[in-house]
Amino acid sequence: MSYLEYNVKLVPTGLSKILYLNWPLVVLLCTVASVGFMMLYSVAGGSMYPWAEPQMERFAFGLTVMFVIGMVPIWFWRNVAGLAYGVSLVLLLGVEFFGETGMGAQRWIDLGIIRLQPSELMKITLVMVLAAYYDWLDTSKTSRPVWLVVPLLLIALPTYLVLRQPDLGTALLLVTGGGVVMFLAGVSWWYFMAVIGAGVGLVSAVLSSRGTDWQLLKDYQYRRIDTFLDPANDPLGAGYHITQSKIALGSGGWTGRGFMQGTQSRLNFLPEKHTDFIFTTLAEEFGFVGAVSLLSLYVTIVIFCAVSAFRNRDRFGSLVTLGVATTFFLFFAINMAMVMGLAPVVGVPLPLVSYGGSAMLVLLAGFGLAQSAHVHRPRGR
Amino acid sequence: MKRTPRDTETSLRGISRRGLVLGGLQLGVAGVLGWRMRQMQVEQADQFRLLAEENRINMRLIAPARGLIFDRNGIPLAENAQNYRIVIVREDAGDVDEVIARLGDLIYLDPVELERAKKEIARRSPFVPVTLTDQRSWEDIAAVAVNAPALPGITPDVGLTRNYPLAEDHAHIIGYVGPVSDYDLQRIDDDDPLLQIPKFQIGKTGVEQKYERDLRGKAGTRRIEVNAAGRVMRELGRDPGIPGANIQLTVESRLQNFVEARLAPALSASAVVMDTRNGDLLAVGNAPSFDPNKFVRGISVADYGELTENIYRPLSNKAVQGAYPPGSTFKMMVSLAAMDAGQLNPGETFYCGGYHKLGNRRFHCWKRGGHGWVDLEKSLEQSCDVYYYELAQRIGIDRIAETARRFGLGERFDLPMSAVSPGAMPDRAWLQERYQQPWRVGDSLNASIGQGYVLSTPLQLAVMTARLASGTRIEPRLVKSIDGVELEPRGLEPLGFSNEHLRIVRNGMDAVCNSRRGTAYGSRIEAGDMRMAGKTGTSQVRSVVVSNNDVPWEQRDHALYVGYAPFNNPHISVSVVVEHGGGGSSVAAPIARDILLYALHGKMPPVESYPSAQRGRIGQFLSELDLRQDFRPTERSGRA
Repeated sequence: MSYLEYNVKLVPTGLSKILYLNWPLVVLLCTVASVGFMMLYSVAGGSMYPWAEPQMERFAFGLTVMFVIGMVPIWFWRNVAGLAYGVSLVLLLGVEFFGETGMGAQRWIDLGIIRLQPSELMKITLVMVLAAYYDWLDTSKTSRPVWLVVPLLLIALPTYLVLRQPDLGTALLLVTGGGVVMFLAGVSWWYFMAVIGAGVGLVSAVLSSRGTDWQLLKDYQYRRIDTFLDPANDPLGAGYHITQSKIALGSGGWTGRGFMQGTQSRLNFLPEKHTDFIFTTLAEEFGFVGAVSLLSLYVTIVIFCAVSAFRNRDRFGSLVTLGVATTFFLFFAINMAMVMGLAPVVGVPLPLVSYGGSAMLVLLAGFGLAQSAHVHRPRGR
Repeated sequence: MKRTPRDTETSLRGISRRGLVLGGLQLGVAGVLGWRMRQMQVEQADQFRLLAEENRINMRLIAPARGLIFDRNGIPLAENAQNYRIVIVREDAGDVDEVIARLGDLIYLDPVELERAKKEIARRSPFVPVTLTDQRSWEDIAAVAVNAPALPGITPDVGLTRNYPLAEDHAHIIGYVGPVSDYDLQRIDDDDPLLQIPKFQIGKTGVEQKYERDLRGKAGTRRIEVNAAGRVMRELGRDPGIPGANIQLTVESRLQNFVEARLAPALSASAVVMDTRNGDLLAVGNAPSFDPNKFVRGISVADYGELTENIYRPLSNKAVQGAYPPGSTFKMMVSLAAMDAGQLNPGETFYCGGYHKLGNRRFHCWKRGGHGWVDLEKSLEQSCDVYYYELAQRIGIDRIAETARRFGLGERFDLPMSAVSPGAMPDRAWLQERYQQPWRVGDSLNASIGQGYVLSTPLQLAVMTARLASGTRIEPRLVKSIDGVELEPRGLEPLGFSNEHLRIVRNGMDAVCNSRRGTAYGSRIEAGDMRMAGKTGTSQVRSVVVSNNDVPWEQRDHALYVGYAPFNNPHISVSVVVEHGGGGSSVAAPIARDILLYALHGKMPPVESYPSAQRGRIGQFLSELDLRQDFRPTERSGRA
């Protein structure tokens, strides 16, 4: 009897909740994080410093946060969703304000062991607030235009602030993550069709506006697009990253050069080897086998979340779980596509593997919400 | 808001359905990612691996050791010396200025050199070693090594650099090397990657330049792994390359030493010593000379200015570049031409009354009073000019020129020295082409005593003398072997002149030195088995005859002498030209005599070889030379 089929009438209480956590998900997350420790150990040239050990500490902290969030009843989180969103937005605004006036731009909130970036926090709180909104909203009203205004505003505000930083990667994640929650909640297909159509139109407008008076993007952004489309035209500038990344990744072959044997990352041809481009090192050292294994691990995590969501009878819980899973998916999909030259270089870390505290903490907090939904799901009939 | 069970059902079904759609989409994306990984890591892996290797592996050149140059006895004339230098690595040094200041307390650092080094340090990557100073003594290096802990980032280093142990003595033969310049790169068609190495030394003049390719060798390579910034991480492999070929010259170093020393008092002079049996150039002397080592180390503007502004032209290889009117040394050519043309009977005499009349113009003999009745032998012995005016008028310039060319005059010999001059051997066609003028008889008369348009180099004169002495078309050669492979002597076939005619001319040359009235009698060699034959020459630099002592140096006559020895079994020929030296008999002949004696004897000749009147003075002079030579390296065995 699988624990997934565990069927009790009552929601567990007290410390016994620990037994009802989604343990396979925990194991999967720890596995992925361990891959991260290994790679950080490797890119530091076989040393716990400066990356592997701090990363372990952060992961331990994040895991604790996940457990704590998971133990708190899901309805508490639904009730504070709006508040959480509001706090994130204020922090984001504060960052914008201080950043703009140049008064010691405080981009981080110090949590002792981790310094949190408001824009990262927003990735989860936006999912939360949208899930809460659609949980509250009568299903029959979901697709009515008037009821679309609030969620669209909820998405647009932080996106606007983030774009001003400018942080294209985070903006992309916010819009897509928010859109996915709206889609899951049942907003009409037609709206999405229309948005996608408009998106295509906008992209072509952006591209065609280049060089005119009403040019929509900054020059460097256009150059980035050029570089993405053809890295070879700027081999030593922006295209250097992506070219080197592809060389390292491709040279891994079937089984790779072996742990700590990746010449490209070892010899610093690879930029940002411990953060955004860590997947390249993994692909170089463990080859196709290693890269696909990590991809499979990620997909499995998403599947476990989805299964948990589908079995959940609580609308907020389902939406949050799927929203978190989708955000997680977007992280690794964009990152991998980026290092393989399928997407522009936008600065999205590889979840739980890239060195860095904010993204990991936020993701683990998100998984904490999923755990909470899992533990506190309505049982029995 | 409380949901009805029915609402919950529909909403959950909606989420699940859309979740599945989304999941499908996500799986699709994951599939694309996996497919892309396969494409890159499996299908294109080889291609990317190649790119990765290109990234990672760099070839660095290793400069091969330059070939050595030896004299005929294996004494090194150009070798590779250890060049001790001090290099600094910026990133290891920390505070560069302070470390350099500390180094400056320890050893002397040239401020100019230091300034250049500091600029380079600022320009290069922090991990690239920059040479602070080179050509240091072993003591300096030891001082730095001992104080290493106080001098972070500073290391002594050793490389190879060209060194000419005999300094001035062979400068004009061997030439020198120097760093490749942009001009060199344009001038020479050479894609050897070694030339791209900064400060790589290539031959600039002389043998160093002409045998550059042999001497240079082939670059070695070092396969190294570099990181993205170009820093060397480790060495993967090494191919040492091929060192340059050693070249052995025909020059005899001790004789060359002697020649240089003997020429030195003559201000501006040159001499060529040749083996008449195989054409080996035993010595090619020039005075004054210069120290080629100064060029290797980068000559200072002051030193260079001193060399270029010196009126005695130390940088000029006068022995092969200097073209002088041959003067009376040309007379052998005229007499041979006349005999060969069948228009002169050796016993035939002409009357010399001090001048020869051509139309209403007088061509003077050097001896105002005239020589009286003169036959061929006497004409050479006493260098009668009128005799040759008569001959020239009789046979014409074209025959003379034809004969002279067979003796090498007007010919550019193929020798590995810079700017070998062809001199000039004019005839009618030459003058027409060169100056669009018809040849006049007066020109022939001038040419007959080696004046006018005739120009020859000391090298040509030595070759001429060697051909006269040997009767063969001997060619001069400077290189005996390359990398142990001997070069064949050329031109051993007969010249094509009657032996009888040659004998008559040789007898005339014998009389020059050994007959009481001969112009070089004062320079005769008394040791019987070394008897010398020769011919003096004095070539006018201006046409009006005035006493040499009354005019500035630049306007005085050139003093020339050609000779060979031993008379009975010739094997050494010599030519000496002393620029503006005065008379051939008084200035050039003694030099040639001393050189011949030294060459024949192999060391300082005994004083008995010299004319008795001169022995006291010469003994003193030779012991001075001997003293000078004591500082030079003696023969080494087992080399070359």
